[in-house]
Amino acid sequence: MTLIDELQAIAKQAEADLAAKGADLEQVRVAYLGKKGKITTVLKSMKDLSIDEKKAVGQVGNQVRQQIQDSLAAMKAVQEKAAMDAKLQAETLDVTLPGTKPKLGNRHVLQQIMDEIESHFLGLGYQVIDDPIDSPEVETDEYNFERENLPKDHPARDMQDTFYVTPEILLRTQTSPVQSRALEKHDFSKGPLKMIAPGKVYRRDTDDATHSHQFHQVEGLVVGKNITMADLKGTLLSIMQELFGKKHQIRLRPSYFPFTEPSVEVDVSWNEVTEDTKPEDIRWIEVLGAGMTHPNVLKMDGVDPEEYSAFAFGLGPDRFAMLKYGVEDIRQFYLNDVRFLDQFNKRGN
Amino acid sequence: MKTNLKWLNEYLQPGLDLSEQAVLDLAQQIELTSVELESVGTAAAKQSGLVVVRVDSVVPHPDSDHMVITQVFDGKETIQVVTGAPNVAEGQLVVLARVGAQIVDRESGDLVTIKEAQLRGEISYGMLVALQEIGLADSVAPQDFEEGIHVFTEEDDVKPGDDALAVLGLKDPMIDTDLTPNRADLLSMRGMAYELAAMTDQKVMLPQTTVLSDQSESNAVVTVAGNEDLATGYAVRVLGQVKNDSSPLWLQSRLWNAGFKPENKIVDLANYWLLLTGQPLHVYDLDKLATMQLEVRLAKEGEKLPQGEEEAMALRADQDIVVAAGDQILSLAGIATNPAVAVTADTTKVIVEAGQFNPSFLRQSARRHTLRSESSFRFERGIDLDQTLEVLDQVAAEMAMLTKGKIVVGLSKFGFAYRAPETIAISRDRINQILGTDLSVATISAIFTRLALPIDEKDGQYLVTIPGRRTDLTIPADLIEEVGRLYGYDNLPTALVEGQSTPGDLTPRQKKIRASREIMESLGFDQAISYALTTPEKATAFNLDQNRNVVALDYPMSSDRTTIRQNLLSGLLDDVSYNVARSVKDLALYEQGRIFLAQGENVQPEEREHLAGVLVGNVAESSWQTGEKDEVADFYDIKGRLEAYLQTIGLDSSAVRFEQSAQHEAMHPGQTADVYLGSTYLGFVGQIHPAVLANTKLPAAFAFEIDLEVVIDHSQAPVAYQPVSKYPQISRDLAVLVDDSLDQQQVFDMIKANGGDYLQNVTFFDLYTGRGLPAGKKSLAYQLTYQDKTDTLVESVVTDAFEKMTTTLTAELGAEIR
Repeated sequence: MTLIDELQAIAKQAEADLAAKGADLEQVRVAYLGKKGKITTVLKSMKDLSIDEKKAVGQVGNQVRQQIQDSLAAMKAVQEKAAMDAKLQAETLDVTLPGTKPKLGNRHVLQQIMDEIESHFLGLGYQVIDDPIDSPEVETDEYNFERENLPKDHPARDMQDTFYVTPEILLRTQTSPVQSRALEKHDFSKGPLKMIAPGKVYRRDTDDATHSHQFHQVEGLVVGKNITMADLKGTLLSIMQELFGKKHQIRLRPSYFPFTEPSVEVDVSWNEVTEDTKPEDIRWIEVLGAGMTHPNVLKMDGVDPEEYSAFAFGLGPDRFAMLKYGVEDIRQFYLNDVRFLDQFNKRGN
Repeated sequence: MKTNLKWLNEYLQPGLDLSEQAVLDLAQQIELTSVELESVGTAAAKQSGLVVVRVDSVVPHPDSDHMVITQVFDGKETIQVVTGAPNVAEGQLVVLARVGAQIVDRESGDLVTIKEAQLRGEISYGMLVALQEIGLADSVAPQDFEEGIHVFTEEDDVKPGDDALAVLGLKDPMIDTDLTPNRADLLSMRGMAYELAAMTDQKVMLPQTTVLSDQSESNAVVTVAGNEDLATGYAVRVLGQVKNDSSPLWLQSRLWNAGFKPENKIVDLANYWLLLTGQPLHVYDLDKLATMQLEVRLAKEGEKLPQGEEEAMALRADQDIVVAAGDQILSLAGIATNPAVAVTADTTKVIVEAGQFNPSFLRQSARRHTLRSESSFRFERGIDLDQTLEVLDQVAAEMAMLTKGKIVVGLSKFGFAYRAPETIAISRDRINQILGTDLSVATISAIFTRLALPIDEKDGQYLVTIPGRRTDLTIPADLIEEVGRLYGYDNLPTALVEGQSTPGDLTPRQKKIRASREIMESLGFDQAISYALTTPEKATAFNLDQNRNVVALDYPMSSDRTTIRQNLLSGLLDDVSYNVARSVKDLALYEQGRIFLAQGENVQPEEREHLAGVLVGNVAESSWQTGEKDEVADFYDIKGRLEAYLQTIGLDSSAVRFEQSAQHEAMHPGQTADVYLGSTYLGFVGQIHPAVLANTKLPAAFAFEIDLEVVIDHSQAPVAYQPVSKYPQISRDLAVLVDDSLDQQQVFDMIKANGGDYLQNVTFFDLYTGRGLPAGKKSLAYQLTYQDKTDTLVESVVTDAFEKMTTTLTAELGAEIR
């Protein structure tokens, strides 16, 4: 057997070793390519050959060495892949088990409604007044009632049972007093006053499904030259469509508030209204009170009712939330049952 | 007010369409142009099959001692009916509910069908009924239910076969208006007539009034005296020889439809004219009066208003207006009459009173005595001062006619000073300017005319005369409302405020308040909104400032809501208890809101925004995978969240200090820290004292409360950006063994202070106590990060700095470097 034959037999043997199942590649490498490996051994025995023979054998030796190296690399890749596959296989999880959810905090549903109202009116260029100095929850009788055109003996005071602290200090029954505080500070040379005042209000009521001694209001007021009832109607339509949807309509009915004249109750359509909707098919829901600010109120706040006109409205976030989501008991908003709160956890709608 | 449209139609020309649909349409129109409605319909509602019958014979029931067998005639046939009515008798005209009739069950209110029945062996084809059995409330039915069935009188002008519901007036269309406080004018048929006439463009035709010829005061039997501050006018007339039996059916039915109980002719007419005109009228039996000198005055000390069988009501001296005959109290003026002088069926001499009592006195009297009558209500809202004497004359004339009595000479009165007619000037331009419309003079004039308001118009300038009935019209804006509502608010254009634009910005403070909520939510806390009113104990339980007085209600509604909170944590703990009681035991709640610190009597309290958070149970929403790892909230969970909050809201973290604190009674003395920003107190964080939670069965609750005002004031510094260094960092770990009593903070501060120029960051990462350590010692481990922002840091420099620092630790704190 020539050395070349030997080398080729070695190559064949190496291929077979590598192909064997579970071959130890390092062992194969050492056995064939190592310093004492089979190829080295053959090549060492070439010293007796002629130059030409040496050259031929050397060439074949290099080819075989390269061939084995390539095969080794290929087999290594195969083995690694198999090993990885086996490892990953072993790591298989039940992907239907629940994920590890970080706890997200939810915003209170009333806050969400108030945020929505706020962002709408910020877009219309209103300022928001909600700090303790300009919108105190504990008010004076003067600001809560008298400045709102409700003198001590006014029959309409019966409409609002009041928590008094002293005869002059009370828990505000409405966010309207914020109007007077804002008007006192407003500089009309810088343009009209457009404001909303969100906040808590209190009434001396027994708590039940539809009454709460504490609830929220968002008062709105615009004072300027030529402010009209048509502006009021347009403004209310825009906020109601923001809250209830673009296809809802509003209607105004006469009402009475001591601080507005004319005064209106505002209904929003429960159903969507299109050109084809028959008037008798619209279900109207009373949602808020509004009106043109009473001249006496403007006068008391130092605004000339001959020069300026104004509209005001009072939005009820609690009522809106009840209507929007079908919440039947207003007390739910203040008990903070997380099973209730967590239902309003969808963002951006 | 319950308005009978059939009655009202007598005063309208050409008159309303009273078909069912037309009434519904009218109701809708009233709501859109006038006032809200409580209800629309008839007292009969869905009842049917009721007929007037004549009782032809009554024989005893053979098997019953309380029932009788009657034969009744319905105009066509004779029907056998068995009844237990105690008052049935031959010849009576009564109401039969036929077989198949539907009537409202008196107790359940359900509609029931009358069936043929066997009563102890005798067949009954229907049922003879009392008015209470066909929809009339006990409070308005003229006869007690126990007295038996309704019996018509001869004057009632009914005959067998008549539709009983119709002849009783129960089919008259009724609308019940829910009045706003200003529309006092709609508390009468007359006012409603004007209102509906304006709405439907009709003419009002009120009955002709007779002015009595005798207006002399000199020879009056009764004298009256009083103060015009108590009554701007007060007048009485006297009737004699009255025969005061029951009123005719037409009068009774109008009264019970309107919610009044028919009594006798005099009382009924007084009520009828109250309904018709809105002028309250009171009647007294002259023979029961102590003297003939009547006086309108304030009650005196110790005076009482007798209330029949009930205990007499103590009057408030110098506060309640009374009508008195000497010492005898005839009435609490305009509100309630002394039963001892009331007009009854036996009365023959009557005093009829028409007053104009001071509404503010009456309002307070009605409120204090919790007595509100149809009269007092009208006085409070405001009556038409121009018609009082006219109404008195008219009702006296009607009473005389109906009772076949006589008006005794003379009118006794005081007050009634001349009032000039009120006028209001307004222009077309002003109306259009406020409404945002472009109404013509013709349109506006037509509206005033429909409202029966006399106008004087020239070039769009109006002078409008206000009749006495419209006490609500006092300023131009009131007339703008009248035009607006009758023109129709639906017809108003819609616009958005035009003109100079204004920026819709939040203030820096408002932005922080909003950011604060967002951060708390990012940290996993649900927002809670709790009640601000609570008990005195809870109001102060977790105060930051222990020395401020609470704000308490003068007249609370219940004992759990008497005092305004000075902290938010109490409310959050109420929420926690509520949830835990419902088996929700993993909670992260926060609240942001006002607390209230009293500043003295009759001064508004100081209001400050606070923030509080509470953690209970597992801190992760889903934690099955962590298995044995402890996920239950502890002190460091709440503290870590507070630290993250304070950093993110923009406080200088290096200035925030936590100091062990045992000063909070409601907090765990060993697991609570006071939090300072520099030297400013911010609040506290820690475990709620287990005793506070004793009845909630909670394992532990961790919470904080801070003063948001301080946060807002100290978090406005702009972001100070620094480029991220491109040079590598070198880290060293440090473990030090120190006395247990030493705060970690002291070690940390010492490391920071002595770390050298390149020490960028120190992170505490381990606390070890116990096995392998000497008693009374603990091991604290830190990772220190060094970096030179302008060059690559040399290892030896770090080593030098590190060693210098450890030497100081050993020297200053007796720390052993491990």
